[in-house]
Amino acid sequence: MPAGTLYRGREGMWSWVAHRVTGVLIFFFLFAHVLDTALVRVSPESYDTVIQTYKTPLVNLMEYGLVAAILFHALNGLRVVAVDFWSKGPKYQKQMLWSVVGIWVVLMAGSFYGILQHTLISWFGK
Amino acid sequence: MSTEISDAIVVPSKQAHTGKGLGTGNPADAFVIEPPRKRTEKTPRRTRTNFEMLAWLFMRLSGVVLVVLILGHLLIMLVLDGGVSKIGFAFVAGRWSSPFWQGWDLLMLWLAMLHGANGMRQVINDYAEKDSTRLWLKGLMGTATVFTVLLGTLVIFTFDPNI
Repeated sequence: MPAGTLYRGREGMWSWVAHRVTGVLIFFFLFAHVLDTALVRVSPESYDTVIQTYKTPLVNLMEYGLVAAILFHALNGLRVVAVDFWSKGPKYQKQMLWSVVGIWVVLMAGSFYGILQHTLISWFGK
Repeated sequence: MSTEISDAIVVPSKQAHTGKGLGTGNPADAFVIEPPRKRTEKTPRRTRTNFEMLAWLFMRLSGVVLVVLILGHLLIMLVLDGGVSKIGFAFVAGRWSSPFWQGWDLLMLWLAMLHGANGMRQVINDYAEKDSTRLWLKGLMGTATVFTVLLGTLVIFTFDPNI
């Protein structure tokens, strides 16, 4: 590793990269989401028409992806807070990252049916 | 054997604001990459505010609040009670008849937009190297943010279920 580089690799750098990428993705979705919600001020019909696209299988799957990004950003953000404010945070940052990944996997598995139930029921019935 | 470092700029910490060297007084500073947004000769010795520290603190405080607000929002909208199927004008009207959920959504809107905008500001600062590019990107992003926050606020406050 050359001296003075900002990029040190391993858990610290990659969690930082993932935090950035998910953060930017979520921010762009937020713009779209405020705009689609603003349609409630136009008419119930226009709002319901746009919300129909949220119920198509492809967008339903993208919602699962959005939840994946948000859950990682939220859990890793709590890890960043712990690193900054907890005296032992920096020492345990790696263990905390793997805890984040573990909790993320559990929550993603647990929310799979809940989020995709609309598509699953429309395809396979109750 | 001598290691010649005569061209290294070594300045005491009191002169850190001059932009000459890192200002730690350590000769090894000459081999360290210049930190981003280093203080230069144009930087006042004391800036007027603690903006960057307050921004750092805001990201952590708003982040913790947003974890609760957004995960609650996702659970209600995407998982409970049939998932996304139930969402429609009537559902929104039902929720926004309660000041509690209006306040929830308003706080979520403001905190999320400001949290996201400050994150984007840092990303732009890190990757856009030209001064004019940074200025344009931040101007565009700031304008879009102000527009979206005001639009969302207006929608929450003026919502009319009988439209």
